[in-house]
Amino acid sequence: MGKQELIALLPIIVIAASAVAVMLLAAFKPRPGLLNGLTLVGLLLTLAALLWADEHAPLQVTPLLIIDRFALFYSALSVLAGMVVALLSGRYLATAGVSVEQPAGQSHLTAEYYILLLTAILGAMVLVSSRHFASFFIGLELLGVSLYVLVAYLAPFGAARASSLEAGMKYLILSGVASALLLFGIALLYAEFGVLDFAQLGELWSQPGVMDNAIVAVGLALLLSGACFKLSLIPFHMWTPDVYEGAPAPITAFVATVSKGAIFAFVLRLFADTNAFEHPAVCGALTVIAILSMVGGNLLALLQNNVKRLLAYSSIAHIGYLLVVLLAGTNAKTGTALVSEAVGFYLVAYFVTTLGAFGVVTVLSKAGSGQDSDQLSDYRGLFWRAPGLAIILAAMLLSLAGIPLTVGFIGKFYIVVLGVQASMWVLLAALILGSVIGLYYYLRLIVVMFLRDDKTSEHGALSVHVAPGDKLVLLTLVVLLVWLGVYPDPVISLIQSAELSIF
Amino acid sequence: MMLIYLIALLFVGGLLCWVVDRAKLADVRWLALLVLAAALVMLLLAFANSEGLEVAGRQWWLGINVPWISRFGVALTFAMDGLSFLMVLLTLFLGIVAVLSSWQEIERNSGFFHFNLLWVLAGVVGVFTALDLFLFFVFWEVMLVPMYFIIAVWGHENRVYAAMKFFIFTQASGLLMLVAIVGLVYFHYQASGVLTFNYFALLDTPLSETVAFWLMLGFFIAFAVKLPAVPVHPWLPDAHTQAPTAGSVILAGILLKTGAYGIIRFTVPLFPEASAQFAPMAMMLGVVSIIYGAAVAFAQTDLKRLIAYTSISHMGFVLVGVYAGNELGMQGAVMTMLAHGMTSAALFAFAGAIQQRIHSRDMREMGGFWNSAPRLGAWVLFFSVAALGMPGLANFMGEFLALVGAFKTHTWLTVIAAGGLILAPVYTLLVIQKVFHGKSLIERNVADACPREIVMMAMMAVITIVLGLYPQMVLDLVSQGLTVAPAPIIETPVSDLMVQLSKG
Repeated sequence: MGKQELIALLPIIVIAASAVAVMLLAAFKPRPGLLNGLTLVGLLLTLAALLWADEHAPLQVTPLLIIDRFALFYSALSVLAGMVVALLSGRYLATAGVSVEQPAGQSHLTAEYYILLLTAILGAMVLVSSRHFASFFIGLELLGVSLYVLVAYLAPFGAARASSLEAGMKYLILSGVASALLLFGIALLYAEFGVLDFAQLGELWSQPGVMDNAIVAVGLALLLSGACFKLSLIPFHMWTPDVYEGAPAPITAFVATVSKGAIFAFVLRLFADTNAFEHPAVCGALTVIAILSMVGGNLLALLQNNVKRLLAYSSIAHIGYLLVVLLAGTNAKTGTALVSEAVGFYLVAYFVTTLGAFGVVTVLSKAGSGQDSDQLSDYRGLFWRAPGLAIILAAMLLSLAGIPLTVGFIGKFYIVVLGVQASMWVLLAALILGSVIGLYYYLRLIVVMFLRDDKTSEHGALSVHVAPGDKLVLLTLVVLLVWLGVYPDPVISLIQSAELSIF
Repeated sequence: MMLIYLIALLFVGGLLCWVVDRAKLADVRWLALLVLAAALVMLLLAFANSEGLEVAGRQWWLGINVPWISRFGVALTFAMDGLSFLMVLLTLFLGIVAVLSSWQEIERNSGFFHFNLLWVLAGVVGVFTALDLFLFFVFWEVMLVPMYFIIAVWGHENRVYAAMKFFIFTQASGLLMLVAIVGLVYFHYQASGVLTFNYFALLDTPLSETVAFWLMLGFFIAFAVKLPAVPVHPWLPDAHTQAPTAGSVILAGILLKTGAYGIIRFTVPLFPEASAQFAPMAMMLGVVSIIYGAAVAFAQTDLKRLIAYTSISHMGFVLVGVYAGNELGMQGAVMTMLAHGMTSAALFAFAGAIQQRIHSRDMREMGGFWNSAPRLGAWVLFFSVAALGMPGLANFMGEFLALVGAFKTHTWLTVIAAGGLILAPVYTLLVIQKVFHGKSLIERNVADACPREIVMMAMMAVITIVLGLYPQMVLDLVSQGLTVAPAPIIETPVSDLMVQLSKG
């Protein structure tokens, strides 16, 4: 392995080293503030390494990983989202100390939290850089295993957080099943083709007769089911609301963004490297899944009185919208470049918006209390108590609803453009229907925040104190939301340059 | 650049209102008035000093074209023709009326209220002047959100339901329009290889008959919801009834006009053949709206709800006029838009004034108010008479021209539509009778109109009279090259018709 390869791998090395560094620091100086700071430094260094690695991209490093601009872009996105999560976690975790029986143990708990956060991001980075089923699986499990623990992280804080343990168990078992499905699918494909590398797989795929092979079809179906599980698309969505609700708010933000984004990026690469998606049955199945997710996700969200569950169902619908883009790619008229651009932009929009929405939830919540502030009643009259927070959350919700001047609108615009270009009128109709249903619950939450309430005193949350760090994060996100919504050109050209490289 | 400054002034003015109110520096009502007056002066000065430019057979003023999102070929393209100018004028004028009409109604968070008010107006000005379809759509949605807040936060008892209904109806139809816009741009791109949302570029997009029809329908539905035409009107009675006075004034006076404007500016010129083919259907919807709105208005006991239904009826004339297929009908439609802007705004301001005095909108609790409030009664009588189409006032001019235009192409539909002119006196005079005459079940003394209300009503009354007596200046502004849906009819310029009328 030469120097170039090492530089290309540097981001992955740096973040792994950061995890080790945080672990060592925890052994000697277990102070929460220091741990948080070191995690942030590690992530910043990773970002710098990503910039350096960019000079040598695209480069194939071992048969397992490819460091192209696509991989670097999604790695950077994951790292940035990780930084937001780390920043939001600082104050949130500090509030947990109140109810811990042994205060001394608290910082050790914090240490694990940051180590696992770093390894989860490491997993996401491996995932988006992989062009080989082996590295894909390593990345996926790194991400998954870290998250099993993080989702259940607050469980030791007594019976009050039982939901956290439940969420962790559910995530562990269902994710395990999904991984098993994926592995079996990969095994079937390997049995048929004898390769694990996407490039070779793509070549073998284009041979005549492959599409009629039953083993290939079953393998592909299993592979897709596994991916849909991880992306929580209907009908593989059962775990989502419970996990979103039970996990600590910053981790929910992480699950919603980094974990789903990285898997979608991987699916996109698989899609570009092999033409597996042109299989008519796959296309049909994905169309059905997309329609179910867009309409069903929004319909189920209507019934929720819990903001985290509501956002969980809304995220199901949003990944459903993204599937429209992927399906447009199967149409000959749409190039892979445009699909990759649309997915990139939509994911940026989705990351900013989702992190912002969960950011507000985090700021309002305390890890030490039995539950995050996720009941609709917690948000009653928020505008009159904390106008800034209410407006930020309202902006995020309007962006999720796709209202112009927010980044969400440009994202939705991309989807409509691709849908029209590929003449997918049924999917577009489902998109419109889903969006209209979605409006209802976004607006309902907004209205609740603007209601004048006489009940604030009952909740004992008359004033809301926002830590300076949290304020900075939320303001940055809302500025990004408007800036990208009003002037998206620079980011679009950045995403256009983050192309997939095909060797 | 002037138009961008104008819109920016309203946006910044809105923010300023909010900041000033939070810091308790000044009375934001005066600040909002100041911003609107400044915008009005700015518009008139710039308009008077600008040279027109002829594009696509029309005269345009104050044009500006700056690239915005180059990835999609979107540009900040603004310009005004006579129609846009009139509509922007109406918007700013009614903005002032709206501030005046809610002078005492908004007690809490006045800053945020005026912020929303000015942002709605900024969005509407954008809608009336944007000539890039993407930009138009952005403004179309931008005016929606602050209006939603105005209804949801400061509205009456059932405000959340009304605001939600308003938003969802408009947004759902807006998404259809977005798909239609993207479709149009895509087909233009396929034919020409140029990716652009520019209105003038898209004007002559070659489209197959089926495609044109479906795209036209996408635009039409969005505009028909806003207009509103039966059967997509159910949001209107709720929104108008529940909104605070200023909200109702803006909704009825301005927002409904954006639907009519959209049809005149986009649906008909972009898809002339499809529109001509669709005209009988659209006129039928207009006629149904006229009769249905009038009939339902008659049955209302809620004062604001009654006025809301009359709006549906009056906007039906606009639909009939626009699709008449000749210039006369189009001019009548625009005149109706302006006239209805005045009268509906005045009547909603009156309803708001009554509600503020007796805390009810129920007409069964009213009666005999003339004794204690004769001046208020006189002004309301004036606007009621205007609304029912008294010759010499603006509304008569508009509805008459629309009917004359339509009579040439669709005789029988016009005959039925004219029936609306008989129903209008029934419901308007009913208001006068129930509120000002007779006897109230509960004895009460209502405070008479205060100077603020008199100034407000007088301003609108002057415009109604001027437009009614001397419509030519508006018709001239409107008629320079309006694109009308082609119809096999020889067009008579309105001046000739006037001559014929005066002779006959």
